[in-house]
Amino acid sequence: MKLAKEPGRLQRLSETSRRPVRFHVDGVEMRALRGDTVLTGILASATYLRQAEFGPEKRAGFCLMGACQDCWIWQEHGPRLRACSTLLHDGMRLLSQPSQDWTGGGS
Amino acid sequence: MSRVLIVGAGPAGMRAADILAEAGLVPTVVDEGEKAGGQIYRRPPDGFTRSPKALYGSEAVKAVRLHRIFDEWARQRRVTYHSRSSVLGFSEGEAMVLGPEGQIAIPYDRLILATGAYDRLAPLPGWEQAGIYSLGAAQIALKAQGVALGRRIVLAGSGPLLTLVAHQLRAAGAGVAAVLDTAPLSMQLRGGSRMLAARPFVTARGAFMRVGLGRLYHAGARLERIESGQDGPSAIHWRDARNRLHATACDTVALGWHLQAETVLADLAGVTFDWSDTWAQWLPRADAEGRAGDRLYLAGDGLRILGADGAETAGRLAARACLADLGHPVSGRDQYRDLRRLTRMRRFAQGVAHAFPWPAAMVRGMPDETVICRCEGIRAGELRSTVLLAGAEANRVKSLGRVGMGRCQGRYCGRAGTELIAAEAGVEVANAGRLRSQPPARPAPIAALCRLAPEE
Ligand code: FES
Repeated sequence: MKLAKEPGRLQRLSETSRRPVRFHVDGVEMRALRGDTVLTGILASATYLRQAEFGPEKRAGFCLMGACQDCWIWQEHGPRLRACSTLLHDGMRLLSQPSQDWTGGGS
Repeated sequence: MSRVLIVGAGPAGMRAADILAEAGLVPTVVDEGEKAGGQIYRRPPDGFTRSPKALYGSEAVKAVRLHRIFDEWARQRRVTYHSRSSVLGFSEGEAMVLGPEGQIAIPYDRLILATGAYDRLAPLPGWEQAGIYSLGAAQIALKAQGVALGRRIVLAGSGPLLTLVAHQLRAAGAGVAAVLDTAPLSMQLRGGSRMLAARPFVTARGAFMRVGLGRLYHAGARLERIESGQDGPSAIHWRDARNRLHATACDTVALGWHLQAETVLADLAGVTFDWSDTWAQWLPRADAEGRAGDRLYLAGDGLRILGADGAETAGRLAARACLADLGHPVSGRDQYRDLRRLTRMRRFAQGVAHAFPWPAAMVRGMPDETVICRCEGIRAGELRSTVLLAGAEANRVKSLGRVGMGRCQGRYCGRAGTELIAAEAGVEVANAGRLRSQPPARPAPIAALCRLAPEE
């Protein structure tokens, strides 16, 4: 997964003076803004959320309204969540796939 | 006191709650949003500062008024509001609700469903890649998060949302590479004259936005395929109205062909459905005020796609019908006025449906390798060959071919799937069967499902 400081898929158009938050995806630290959804936070510096399970393509969300379930992402502890409809919290630790072996860095 | 449960807090649900609270009831509202508002009047999370005018444009006054009214009722505890909560299904007078605190059962005497609508999607080769979104997604990203889903966005499909989203993105400074409308200009003019007759101001506003798009906008476009590389789309290939081939470079594509009513909960609650030629979709049956069954009411885009103003009107109508059925006094004059208003909205909406039709020919002609089901990667060819085995019945094709079984529960493949089944079997779409909804209405942990006893 492409991470960290490079510009990701999304372009921030406004409201960029919100407080920063830090979080981890597959063990790699990322930064975003308070009030971002998990999807916004990840796609601000990455081009996709995860690998598709039924094909070679990647996933980056589709409906953003909780209807398609394209944006599933996993927490290091506990349940999966919908990235488009979950707000990002400081210190969140996320996984791009439901694997126990997450320390390997993911995809 | 009667327990009324409202599902959805968009304009229809918020307005229904307002009418019931005004009459002294304390309705419960279950909603998937962080804050009440729905899609069109969706509010950003705390800490965002854009003005209502920037968020909702010409609809800012209406949006703010509804938010204020609803928040005030909730603050006074005259409306019980459950945000971030999904109804999974119904069982013996209770709704099974999955929220931030886990699963709860909410008992009710009457049910008002105001579940709204979502983008009606047609597949095209390459749409399964990352970086292809629904039109609604592009609007939500902008409104609720202040972001564009890419830097060179192509918007394609048809319907009022196509022009509106393009206009909003450009006004906010996003890069729009092209706006490809599959509706031919001739149909738009015919439908448009009906729209103009019913709601001249709204029609003129749309036409004005369209003019503002200038040469980015193309009517009568035929979409061929989306080409993608490592990081998402790189180009969309399409033909213009004069059949010339174009490849427009882009990094994001947002697709949508007007809207589809969200009817899973209505289906689980036992509503009857009729095929609508106008809307080219199955729609729930209800009387003019929204009565759809025993102690069951529908309002808003989940019943008829009339937009935010129509949804507010329908919310008032359904709430008053519910009050009248409970023996409360209801103003016949108010109800009559809203019925007249709704009739006008319907005329307008029918014009919209004719101006921006479902692209049946494009879907029927799609190549065998086109992925229909984005969830599980099922292709048109597989579906076509399943029809040979299963016959022309959507539910049988579904169980054999899995189209409609993925995690979106058929929301984004179901309509195109039925079109292909009908084409392959040589029957009308109305005779190809309607995909029945199964609980849960949203994917849920097993523990949450144990009380949803299967009743089939
Ligand atoms: S993007 Fe569709 S559910 Fe999140």
